[in-house]
Amino acid sequence: MKDLVKMMYVVFTFGILLSCAPQGQDSPQVNSSDVNLQGQSAVDDGLSQKNILQIAIGSKDHSTLVAAVQAAELENVLVNAGPLTVFAPTNEAFAALPEGTLDDLLKPENKATLARIIKFHAAPGGYDANNIRGVMGIGQATGDKVKVVTEDGVTTVDGGKILGTVKASNGFVHVIDKVLLPPQK
Amino acid sequence: MKNLKSVLSFSMLIAFGLLIAASCNAPSANTRSGVLSGDVASQVYVAPGEYDEFYAFMSGGFSGQIGVHGLPSGRLLRIIPVFSVDPEKGYGFNEETKPMLNTSHGFIPWDDAHHPELSQTNGVTDGRWIFINGNNTPRVARIDLTTFETAEIMEIPNSGGNHSSPFTTENTEYIVAGTRFGVPYPQQDVAINSYAENFSGMLTYISVADDGDMDIAFQILLPAFDYDLAHSGKGKSHGWTFFTTYNTELKSTLLEVNASQNDKDYIAAVNWKKAEEYIKQGKFKEVPANYANNEYSDETHMATSTMKKTVRILTPEDCPGLIYFLPTPKSPHGVDVDPTGEYIVGNGKLSADLTVHSFTKMLKAIENESYEKMEAGIPVLKFEDVVAGVVPEAGLGPLHTEFDGRGNAYTSFFISSEVVKWKLGTWEVLDRAPSFYSIGHLMIPGGDSREPEGKYLVALNKITKDRYLPTGPELCHSAQLYDISGDKIKLLLDFPTMGEPHYAQGISADRIVPKVKKFFALEDNQHPFRAMGEKETRVERSGNNVHVYMTTIRSHFSPDNIEGVKVGDKVYFHVTNLEQDWDVPHGFAVMGANNGELLIMPGQTETLLWHPKKIGVYPFYCTDFCSALHQEMQGYIRVSPSNSNIDLAWNLGEEEPVQ
Repeated sequence: MKDLVKMMYVVFTFGILLSCAPQGQDSPQVNSSDVNLQGQSAVDDGLSQKNILQIAIGSKDHSTLVAAVQAAELENVLVNAGPLTVFAPTNEAFAALPEGTLDDLLKPENKATLARIIKFHAAPGGYDANNIRGVMGIGQATGDKVKVVTEDGVTTVDGGKILGTVKASNGFVHVIDKVLLPPQK
Repeated sequence: MKNLKSVLSFSMLIAFGLLIAASCNAPSANTRSGVLSGDVASQVYVAPGEYDEFYAFMSGGFSGQIGVHGLPSGRLLRIIPVFSVDPEKGYGFNEETKPMLNTSHGFIPWDDAHHPELSQTNGVTDGRWIFINGNNTPRVARIDLTTFETAEIMEIPNSGGNHSSPFTTENTEYIVAGTRFGVPYPQQDVAINSYAENFSGMLTYISVADDGDMDIAFQILLPAFDYDLAHSGKGKSHGWTFFTTYNTELKSTLLEVNASQNDKDYIAAVNWKKAEEYIKQGKFKEVPANYANNEYSDETHMATSTMKKTVRILTPEDCPGLIYFLPTPKSPHGVDVDPTGEYIVGNGKLSADLTVHSFTKMLKAIENESYEKMEAGIPVLKFEDVVAGVVPEAGLGPLHTEFDGRGNAYTSFFISSEVVKWKLGTWEVLDRAPSFYSIGHLMIPGGDSREPEGKYLVALNKITKDRYLPTGPELCHSAQLYDISGDKIKLLLDFPTMGEPHYAQGISADRIVPKVKKFFALEDNQHPFRAMGEKETRVERSGNNVHVYMTTIRSHFSPDNIEGVKVGDKVYFHVTNLEQDWDVPHGFAVMGANNGELLIMPGQTETLLWHPKKIGVYPFYCTDFCSALHQEMQGYIRVSPSNSNIDLAWNLGEEEPVQ
């Protein structure tokens, strides 16, 4: 229930970017019928260990990421049985992007680009905080690789520093301080 | 051809209506669809993602299991293993559940499951448990409806086949077990043709505690009739149980002829509250016995089997008023008590009529001591004193009756293959509908309780023939769903079932859904060989026994490389599923295992015993597609010669084994 409230909040504050961007209006009313979760992401039995999406939704430092996931309609990917390893940039990391970048990405016409960026933050496989130190790179959901470097006990992924790791039912969330950008195609 | 046929049958239905379709010599498809009317599809359609309104629990008959279906869709939701091993779930194959199938005859991997019966509170189905009887090696089982798993099995001593069972009392004080076959009591080496002198029939009352724990409260020693079915009283008749009998002729051979000689057999009416008084007064004999009571724990995730050594027996001679016989034509099968508790319906299976006794009249006849005769020390009441009415020539071969709560009864007729609706009190036939083919039992959700949910009726048929695409000589038994909410019985749906559903029970889904367990909390796991995390995984040797404390989580085993096992060892894989997520079991299988697989629910520990017989390196893997990297969920166990000195070693993700 608490999660639902948070989700509503997230949808309210960020989801509207989607729905009202073409009209350029602000503060429309969002009611529960607008939170039209489809598929597995709508399943919440209230008991199971939290999945990656639920962890992100529950984190106040990741509201931008959640909004971006919703704009890209990738919710069901993050609740899949997994195992998944997700690098989760903080709100601060998104804020550090050049001015206007995020707003642009959240526009419906840029949905594919946004989806590619988000998928570049997710890898099939369960790399916990220990295992990730033992690898030099991880193949991401876009098909591109991120470079993993561990020095003096600090692990970075394409230059993004891992600030902490959370175990999810379907994998691991590594909180990072940078938005990762996939190589240009 | 198929298209042409269906177009034909459809257009005929539209153009000429039921009458013409039924009377013409068209292919059987026409006959089959010809009984449908209107838009029935929408009545059984449950949209993707929607739930059915009712659970239906169908006995699996000779499969030894229970099939859980949804109504009105007929969809199969689950198969619950009860008396038979189930390789799909590892039931009876893993070390934890093997004790569930222990009996005084040893481990028995099969039985013939007959009559599911939901627990009741105040005569209403409450969704706590469902009970079912095993006919062959006499047993009753209790299934926990939070986990849909068998929680307890009780063997019935001094019984020759547990058919007349389990049929609850209205607060689940007791379930019952009447023997179908007379046997010598106590068992002894006697001539079979001394049946009438040396054989007995035993009725058993099994008490059910508030937490479900079953215990044999007492047995009643009776003549060696065949006790067929039963139902306990309700409302005004609460405190009594009624058992049908046949073979009151006391024959042991060619029963199809010899047990059909008497015009009337009996319904045995047992006053179990009186029995409780006699038990309190000590009027029982405590006799030696040997029977298994097997219980499964959701905390240890293990079953334990206890052999019980005595049982209390009551005899009618010592206990006047305990039991009376109600004469009932002819070899009655079902005995069914209407929702008010007043009417006791005897379904004389070789008769065309239905006989209905009155509980009030029975009490009066007992009070007046108006007996036709005594048989084996038991008063036989006069038929005309107890009969309330007869439904004349309702059909051929009545087997079983249920009720809709609106004053109507529905009886299955095997020989004339139909369901007949009739009115309690006036005994008039109101409607009839064919079944396909040769209906045995029928079921209305709550139809044998005080509050039937009289919307649907399910016919459980014995013969299938051409109902479905042919699958060789054997076919799934068919069930038909009827709408009984209106005046007329309306056929809605036809669906296959598992094994032979002898009987079924139905219940509103909302009495079960909120209580269903999603997974087992890992912190509550009390299994002696659990591993609560990967740090606790290890391999230990004790003589020839090797214990592997293993865990699973998406998508690996820990450990996944094991060395130091030798030919001749007994290797116990104790696998704990660390997941805490609904519907994420992991499987475990190892090459050459002589038993089966494990299917481990989140938070559970299960054990597979493996006998390495040949040197080599053998893979093991997860059998249940668990995740995107399920195919990677594998490991190896190395088997060395029995005289080797390789130390035990295990690891996960390391090139060098940890010792």
